[in-house]
Amino acid sequence: MHQLTVAQIAQGLREKHFSSVEITQHYLDRIAAKDDSIRAYITVCPERALAQAAAADARLAAGNAGALTGVPIAHKDIFCTKGVKTTCASKMLDNFIAPYDATVVENLDRAGTVMLGKTNMDEFAMGSSNETSFYGTPRNPWDQERVAGGSSGGSAAAVAAQLAPIASGTDTGGSIRQPASLCGLSGIKPTYGRVSRWGMIAFASSLDQGGVIARNAEDAALMLQDMASHDAKDSTNSGQPIDDFGATLNDSLQGKRIGIPKQYFGAGLDTETGNAVQAALEQYRAMGAELIEIDLPHTELAVPAYYVIAPAEASANLSRFDGVRYGHRCDNPTDLMDLYMRSRAEGFGDEVKRRIMVGAYALSAGYYDAYFRKAQQVRRLISQDFQQAFADVDFIAGPTCPQPAFKLGEKTSDPVAMYLEDIYTIPVSLAGLPAMSIPCGTSHGLPVGLQLIGRHFDETGVLQLAHQYQRATDWHTRTPAGLE
Amino acid sequence: MAIDKHEIDKLSRLARLSVSEEDSADVADRITRILDLVDQLQAVDTTGVAPMSHPLDAVQRLRADEVTELNQREAFQAVAPNAEQGLYLVPKVIE
Repeated sequence: MHQLTVAQIAQGLREKHFSSVEITQHYLDRIAAKDDSIRAYITVCPERALAQAAAADARLAAGNAGALTGVPIAHKDIFCTKGVKTTCASKMLDNFIAPYDATVVENLDRAGTVMLGKTNMDEFAMGSSNETSFYGTPRNPWDQERVAGGSSGGSAAAVAAQLAPIASGTDTGGSIRQPASLCGLSGIKPTYGRVSRWGMIAFASSLDQGGVIARNAEDAALMLQDMASHDAKDSTNSGQPIDDFGATLNDSLQGKRIGIPKQYFGAGLDTETGNAVQAALEQYRAMGAELIEIDLPHTELAVPAYYVIAPAEASANLSRFDGVRYGHRCDNPTDLMDLYMRSRAEGFGDEVKRRIMVGAYALSAGYYDAYFRKAQQVRRLISQDFQQAFADVDFIAGPTCPQPAFKLGEKTSDPVAMYLEDIYTIPVSLAGLPAMSIPCGTSHGLPVGLQLIGRHFDETGVLQLAHQYQRATDWHTRTPAGLE
Repeated sequence: MAIDKHEIDKLSRLARLSVSEEDSADVADRITRILDLVDQLQAVDTTGVAPMSHPLDAVQRLRADEVTELNQREAFQAVAPNAEQGLYLVPKVIE
């Protein structure tokens, strides 16, 4: 049952091959048996899930079910859930139970999905390996000595190990696409503003965007449909019409123009990764698309600009964790300053603290223009690169990551080495574009991701590009050994 | 740009994050590495380039100035580390 895609589960439920309670119980049993080693989940909620499943079965029987009613899913533990712990993988929120649901959670609950649990992640979504989690590091199901990626590493590990058929994630600089790439999955980061950020614990507000980690593009389109909404509670949520994201999945790519940025194939790209991506591009050519070399000249400035902007925004966002209103509080504070300083020092992990301090530095008197303003100017140059490219092409494609999954602990001693993991995903985030990673081969036996980038609000086109590739190839159907 | 211990002290107060004496050198070293990375930006000519704070150059949507939230004080204070009779308790601020 756990080998079924979301589309197949939905069909099986409608045709009464199994009930939502049955498939939910099946997943809960698998989680109980296998998650001790994978560590994909921070919280599993069997009772809540089975109650949701029973309600979904009633809706299915009554004939008022939606496309995903009764389908089990997992949520990244960054989305607030009323009555279920929301930790953001931080000691700071170890016992935090949100008084309200995130809009994404509300939307998917209303659609009738069943939440199996909350997935592991890098603390406050800051990391590319999930090693900054307070709750231990999820293992890559393809090789348990290796990382699942981050920050949505738990969501990727859960879907790859078939401990959930699909999961939500969030992406600030690559946090959906990179773990999807490392775990052989299809992950979509929508256009900035497409999915509501209400109740999604903020890291960098001008970059954060919710999305989906799935086994294939068709499933990703189904979940994104129920996830995206117009939300008055998020003032940065876009008013753009919610498209039918699966509308053109089956349309031909004949005549589509795909830009290939030369900067994405330079030094630092693992050879086998590059070969797999090149082969995928040739597949697109064979399907009738035209490949055009493009220039994104400011690419290498994206990581430096991001590591000013994201920490600056984080330092402002994370100031809300003050040890007073919620979250961790130190014992016996001597005065208010001591309460703030010790509560935060005890509650946050090292990477989060580093980023808050870098952000505070970049925003401090005397440095604001040299760092923060400069980075925002460079952000515009990067964004303009994409706009110029999109005047001539419909999509942009290249690798998602410079290399496949790396070993646990390999990059923890040098923050900068970890940051360079996101060299191909960060420019896209700075420009707010929709992008997806889909599996397109292997390097040293590990999955390789192909990144597909679209124009603003063209998730439909990106999903079409992904689905057409998946109709012609079978990389997305492969699953890791030993987890049957 | 190298950050020294004195600057870590200053940053630690700005960021409301205590840094222990023993961690100070290591924190300084790692933050210096990050600042070395971002210092690449200084070489870029950005004359006349408008800073970009929103990836679609959108502005905040405004709403009507109406009361839309109900008072949920009890629900919100239920998760507070130390609250009593509707008040958040903190160390004495005023003598």
